[in-house]
Amino acid sequence: MEALTATRPQPAAASGALLEVEDLHVHFETSHGVVRAVEGLSFEIGRGEVVAIVGESGSGKSVTALAIMRLLPRLTGRTRGRVTFDGKQLLDLDDESMRELRGRDISMIFQEPMTSLNPLLTIGLQITEPLTIHLGMSDAQARARACELLSLVGIPDPESRLDQYPHQFSGGMRQRVMIAIGLACNPKLIIADEPTTALDVTIQAQILELMKDLSRRLNIALIVITHNLGVVARYADRVIVMYAARMVEQGEAEAVFHRPRHPYSMGLLRSVPRLDRPRGSRLETIEGLVPNLANAPPGCRFAPRCPFRIEICAQEPSLFLTDTGALSRCHRHAEIAENKIAWAAADAGTLAVAAEHGAPLLSVKNLTKHFPVRGKLAKKGAVVRAVEDVSFSIYPGETLGLVGESGCGKTTVGRLILRLEQPTAGEIAFEGTNLLTATAGEMQTIRRKIQVIFQDPYSSLNPRMTVRQIIGEPLHVYKLAPTRKAADERVGQLLSQVGLRPELGERYPHQLSGGQRQRVGIARALAMEPSFIVCDEAVSALDVSIQGQIINLLEDLQRRLGLAYLFIAHDLAVVRHISMRVVVMYFGRVMEVADRDTIYREPLHPYTKVLLDAAPVPDPTVEKARAPRLIKGELPSHMAPPTGCVFNTRCPIASQECRETIPPLEEKRPGHYAACIKI
Amino acid sequence: MTIAAPSVPETGTRPRGAALEFIRQQPLGAVSLVIIVIMMFAGIFSPLVAPYDPLNIDFASILGAPSWEHWCGTDAYGRDICSRLIYGSRTALVIGFTSSFVGSSMGAVLGIASAYFGGKIDDWIQRFVDVLLAFPLIVLALVVVAAFRRFVVGGVDVNLILAIAIPIIPRVARVVRAAALSVRVMPYVDAARAAGYSHTRIIFRHMAPNVVAPYLIMLTAFIAQAILAEASLSFLGLGVTEPTAAWGLMLSGNAADFYREAPWMILFPGAMISLAVFAFNLFGDSLRDFLDPRFKV
Repeated sequence: MEALTATRPQPAAASGALLEVEDLHVHFETSHGVVRAVEGLSFEIGRGEVVAIVGESGSGKSVTALAIMRLLPRLTGRTRGRVTFDGKQLLDLDDESMRELRGRDISMIFQEPMTSLNPLLTIGLQITEPLTIHLGMSDAQARARACELLSLVGIPDPESRLDQYPHQFSGGMRQRVMIAIGLACNPKLIIADEPTTALDVTIQAQILELMKDLSRRLNIALIVITHNLGVVARYADRVIVMYAARMVEQGEAEAVFHRPRHPYSMGLLRSVPRLDRPRGSRLETIEGLVPNLANAPPGCRFAPRCPFRIEICAQEPSLFLTDTGALSRCHRHAEIAENKIAWAAADAGTLAVAAEHGAPLLSVKNLTKHFPVRGKLAKKGAVVRAVEDVSFSIYPGETLGLVGESGCGKTTVGRLILRLEQPTAGEIAFEGTNLLTATAGEMQTIRRKIQVIFQDPYSSLNPRMTVRQIIGEPLHVYKLAPTRKAADERVGQLLSQVGLRPELGERYPHQLSGGQRQRVGIARALAMEPSFIVCDEAVSALDVSIQGQIINLLEDLQRRLGLAYLFIAHDLAVVRHISMRVVVMYFGRVMEVADRDTIYREPLHPYTKVLLDAAPVPDPTVEKARAPRLIKGELPSHMAPPTGCVFNTRCPIASQECRETIPPLEEKRPGHYAACIKI
Repeated sequence: MTIAAPSVPETGTRPRGAALEFIRQQPLGAVSLVIIVIMMFAGIFSPLVAPYDPLNIDFASILGAPSWEHWCGTDAYGRDICSRLIYGSRTALVIGFTSSFVGSSMGAVLGIASAYFGGKIDDWIQRFVDVLLAFPLIVLALVVVAAFRRFVVGGVDVNLILAIAIPIIPRVARVVRAAALSVRVMPYVDAARAAGYSHTRIIFRHMAPNVVAPYLIMLTAFIAQAILAEASLSFLGLGVTEPTAAWGLMLSGNAADFYREAPWMILFPGAMISLAVFAFNLFGDSLRDFLDPRFKV
């Protein structure tokens, strides 16, 4: 590290702002008119400061980053305002000088580590490229520096890894490589656009820790763009909250999180389910949708969704300095400060508890799925053990949460239950009928009772069909409605059941917002009158405020229709909120099963503990107080699975015994099962 | 990148007249449609439109240059080229369009089925496609023509249509399969499977509309190929035969011998083939965009 600090003579001493953005406007000319993506944004960033820009999709946060980097599409994007970086006016620079600046003084880290590295070039080449271009290093110098960078971002054995290609790295490792490339030229500013969104919780924790540490050590200013409030709380010194192209609040992280002075920030913070608080019965939500930026409402942008809306809100609010030292774009900020107005608590509802156990609706026994490995290099008979010996039951009206990191087999379990994949071994029984031996006729009736809601609301609806056709199709196929008119009525009924206006039936999916599409997906599932729905990451692609609405809808439907859910997700807080019992999976196997409160209060399995520790909590005070307990290493390779307990390679308490015996899932306490020999 | 999604209108606009809407959205496509309609009109009503009998040999005006009597000149037998072109559009449309449509549609169904079922079925279909692809289009057409008996329905040589259609099948099947493979893994297909819909329904209702883009491109591109193949087969004496008026035949017959003296003998049929191909391709493109709901506001 000596060499790195040596190349930066004055590490501390923040002298004035590094980046100053004044009255930034970005407009896009589209065929639907001008879309004002960013309007009048001003902020400053000091040297070595970490600032988070938070907002939902379409709020203009990514566009801001691209505008600073001058990477917006030239033909349609129009940028106005002043961006001063280190004394230079970025928007007035000629292309040549701007290019020199990019990658040397400002670098950018993107969300998708799988696609932001060139698959045909070695890692070494991609790290040394900016060094030879911007700093004019020789090949040998650049290579030495690349080695240093890789060890800086925590990649073991850097010398040999330099000659490897991106596909030989895991997702987390690739993101480390991206960070290494970002750091290559000692930038003064790094802009990270959703740097950990595509990563698993345990890997996310590693990367967050790394970036925070590097920024502090090398005095690099960091702009983190994210929608995840937990990530913000872990990182940021200062927070900028954006809504519909405008900054609505800006202030110290502690102030914004604990004493928000804008109704939107208040609402946003309330609508996230939190691991560190007792579970409420119902999620708080912000009603309504983000406005369309092509014809945004006059006055306060948030007014249509704001419960504190008064007459003056029809006028555009300016940025007010509040008591906390933060800036708020709300006319009523003073009243908020005096606690005169606050969000009403959501109606209490009844806290859902695990149903009285009668006969299970669905039971899965020793379910196993092996995928054959194809390809020339694969050994004959080689398999990926995606799901191994999984057993659980779901009772009528119950929600069973299934959590785990990517590649743990949770989605495969869902697909096996839906019979989209053929299990290798095991048994799936629904209402007593074994699905694997059911006749075609029996299967036909059962299919209707088991439905699915997918993660991606964009690709789960056929783009060539209208909403009415999508929801009406099962009615038609299964003759659930006697006449066309009855079918249309039923579609209208289903639409209002999921909170959509019946007129939306004539629209195509691309004309709807993400949340609306997810509601259509739910209505399609309900059209079959199912008793069991597999929700495969049903809310993870949605914005925070929309996520709450959908979860509440699912819970309401469950109460009203007596549905049972298998809720597959990676977000622990969401799973805790909606589930009655939770199954934790790792690498194809069940690690722990218990009811919701037990598993979150007193987890037994070391993996569950690690998962809960890694999940960021949207509260900077909590985050600062937490000792970073990081799990080392990454998911093992499916090509070379570990012997014995699958978790032994990363387990903090693993011993020799763990490498030899496969721990069975045992009832350690009443109703609390864990697969670990050390408990 | 999260740029705001394009504006969403409050109420879905339903096109009042599909034809009017097509003209408004796709002016270029409308022009090509007009050309196709004119060609179809000329083909159907040839006896009314054509100034002369296309088979009428007139030794008084052999190799006549374009003039007021003969707009496109006359050929080596003194037949009116303009009239032959008008009658020829009948042959071109029947053979070219039908064989391309039949071939592409069968290829598309095969391609989607191959992608949908996967595994062994996919392997078998693809090996079969490989075998067919090993033969050049014209050779395969020759085999088909030779293998089957001549079979004429209503003056149309069904055998010839099949001969041109069959070599098109594997080519379209390959391309459509590739597109269908990406549609196959879309969650909405999984949703349809989870709903227990029949294979036929999933293939025709959920997958086919989403691979319509490559299908239409292939279909219109193969119309041109089919017209040319028809000409080649005719030249070899296996397709349409003299004295029937056909564009390909007009190009490949003795026209080449007289290209110095009578360039119009090649010029006009060539121009017609190009125009037809151009019109079909353009129309296919605009139809693809028009049928895609995502291009609508």
